[in-house]
Amino acid sequence: MRAIPLSYSLRNLSARRMTTALTAGGMALVVFVFAAVLMLDAGLHQAMVDTGADDNAVIIRRGSETEMQSGVDRAAAAVVASQPEVALGPGGLPLASKETVVLIALFTRDEGKPSNVMVRGIGPYGAELRPQVRLAKGRMFRSGSNEVVAGASIAKKFRGAGLGETLRFGGREWVVSGVLDAGGSGFDSEIWGDADQLLPAFRRPVYSSVLVRLAQPEGFAAMKERLERDPRFTIEAKRERQYYTDQSAGLAKFINILGLTLTVIFSIGAVIGAMITMYAAVASRTGEIGTLRALGFRRRAVMGAFLVESLLIALVAGVVGLVLASGLQWMTVSTMNFQSFAELAFSFRLTPGIVVEVLLFALAMGFVGGFLPAARAARMDIVAALRSA
Amino acid sequence: MILGAVLRHALRNATRHRLRSGLTVLGMVVAILAYGLLQTVVGAWYANANNASDTRLITRNSISLVFPMPLNYRQKIRAVEGLNQVSLANWFGAIYKEPKNFFAQFAVSDDYFAIYPEFIIDEDQMRDYRRDRRGCIVGRKLANTYGFKIGDAVTLKGTIFPGDWTFVVRAIYDGRKESTDETQFFFHWDFLNETVKQRYARRADQVGVFVSSVRDPDDMARVALEIDGQFRNSAAETLSETEKAFQLGFVAMTGAIVTAVELVSYVVIFIIMAVMANTMAMTARERTAEYATLKALGFSPSFVAGLVLAESLTIALIGGAIGIALTYPVAQGFAQAVGTLFPVFRVAPHTVLLQLACALLVGLLAAWLPARRAARVPIVEGLRSVV
Repeated sequence: MRAIPLSYSLRNLSARRMTTALTAGGMALVVFVFAAVLMLDAGLHQAMVDTGADDNAVIIRRGSETEMQSGVDRAAAAVVASQPEVALGPGGLPLASKETVVLIALFTRDEGKPSNVMVRGIGPYGAELRPQVRLAKGRMFRSGSNEVVAGASIAKKFRGAGLGETLRFGGREWVVSGVLDAGGSGFDSEIWGDADQLLPAFRRPVYSSVLVRLAQPEGFAAMKERLERDPRFTIEAKRERQYYTDQSAGLAKFINILGLTLTVIFSIGAVIGAMITMYAAVASRTGEIGTLRALGFRRRAVMGAFLVESLLIALVAGVVGLVLASGLQWMTVSTMNFQSFAELAFSFRLTPGIVVEVLLFALAMGFVGGFLPAARAARMDIVAALRSA
Repeated sequence: MILGAVLRHALRNATRHRLRSGLTVLGMVVAILAYGLLQTVVGAWYANANNASDTRLITRNSISLVFPMPLNYRQKIRAVEGLNQVSLANWFGAIYKEPKNFFAQFAVSDDYFAIYPEFIIDEDQMRDYRRDRRGCIVGRKLANTYGFKIGDAVTLKGTIFPGDWTFVVRAIYDGRKESTDETQFFFHWDFLNETVKQRYARRADQVGVFVSSVRDPDDMARVALEIDGQFRNSAAETLSETEKAFQLGFVAMTGAIVTAVELVSYVVIFIIMAVMANTMAMTARERTAEYATLKALGFSPSFVAGLVLAESLTIALIGGAIGIALTYPVAQGFAQAVGTLFPVFRVAPHTVLLQLACALLVGLLAAWLPARRAARVPIVEGLRSVV
């Protein structure tokens, strides 16, 4: 005998609208939370990993986790820039940017709360080495001047960081001459200026890091080996992408652990909800199940029908949850990165992979919640079931 | 009398569908437990700020915390009227074995501990610490986590101050209150400064923050302004604020996470409310004929509504009670699992009250519609209804 038609399951759902809606609603919230966690993780990944390019390398002081704690003196910086693996730019100069990175406290526009913002002094090639960063408004700072450019999320969030406004730090006034669009990467949360202006302003005698473009990405290992073996310096080289992945490892881990723990706890609640609904459906339709069996439908078909019903609820929940979660894409989260102590803005990002993952998760909840009740329906004795009606 | 009857029948009703009631109670337990844990996480976030004293003033470089101030500021700050003591502290930020073993380390001057009376240190141990320039003082919880004992040598790998630094544990401090942070690591500021002088001379005599105690808390604002006024237009301008404001600044920077956790803790209540309301709606629907019979026998509609309400409350409160009872052991397990990430992690009394309130609310709201329907359904229609 064939399977029970799908319309049977569908009609059952619409017959108990209230219960179906409540069950699907609970599950949709769980799906929402699960999707939000995955989207946040994807957004953070984009912010940090896309910050780095594969053929760029960052040189920092050995043992310092971040550029902020690092110090690379001028001699070491000059040696780094003159490595044979470093690509040459127009005019035969090495594509290297000697940078200084400091934290300053800025105040938010709405509440006036202080937050740490990263200020990066870059060399002449600093912007060229980061092609993902574009100028959204205004123009680049002129080298040798007191101009700076601010990342998009900084310009929006902090007082004095908008186009044409003035910031005061390091004992000087700085004019924001442009706003950067870094496409959601970490540079959206930075302020850039001329390293040669920022070093004296912050009374720093040494650079924080050196960023170089490699002529061949494979040349990295040789350069790393040579620089780290050099007894004159205590520096280490990291691929830019690796460096930024390490930077956000703590935050990513935190979001993942917290988010997944919550999802597991919540899904237990939702599965219980689905189970209650399906048990009730089975109990109240005992006579119906008996009739179906008497008509010749097999146990497996009955079980299938109830499972399909549960899966349908889950699917509705999955879709509703996803629609809710997709609304988060317009939201930006900005928080302090534990590793750099600096403000980092990132957004929720919905990818096709997440859609699939979330729908599968919803269906899995429906399956787990529906399995036991469906099995009970399938095991019912025909005669007893018919008599109970 | 009527109330007693309602309760008795409600209890019986709750046990009629053992499986369903059991599942609902289980859902309640999970939700209330999760809610309690999340609230405790939020509380742990604010723990440092809540423990901060109103009489302590923190002076830091106004650019940001990563910039130090010259040591000679201490004399000038001391000269400000209304201060008891001015001590030094530098954030050390070194790594113990692996980056994931995070705990706060400070190089502090010896008078620092006079300003922090909540750290209880044995006098003999304190004397040993003073005598040993490489000595360090660790919190009880930190000592337990990593097995530090008096006399142990502890080596940290510096990130801000590169190189290996070896300290000898000379004292272990206890918190005066349960909520005192027992995960900190202190050592001599002089030792840091001397070593820095040898290794990188130009970074010597630099202070991270000045911590001072103010005689009169009401005088705080004036003292802070006066300190900052001394250094206006200097190479390192300062910003002085109460310890509480200083700690809240950190919380504000991670505000988005705190808000998310708080939001999510209420989402879980919504989820369980949907589950619970579902249970009650189904139960009431199945008993439509029964409720109609009760009414036909002369019981008032409010009696019938009371039955539904009492059953819902019974299930919600049983689940809530188990959830609250489980919160304590689970929180303890969680605290052990995350180690020193949260210095203070304990279930606050008001968290339990909130859990109870949530359970009550869920029980009441879940019964709202079904109870109203049960009370209103006309007797004839109810008796005729087929489930």
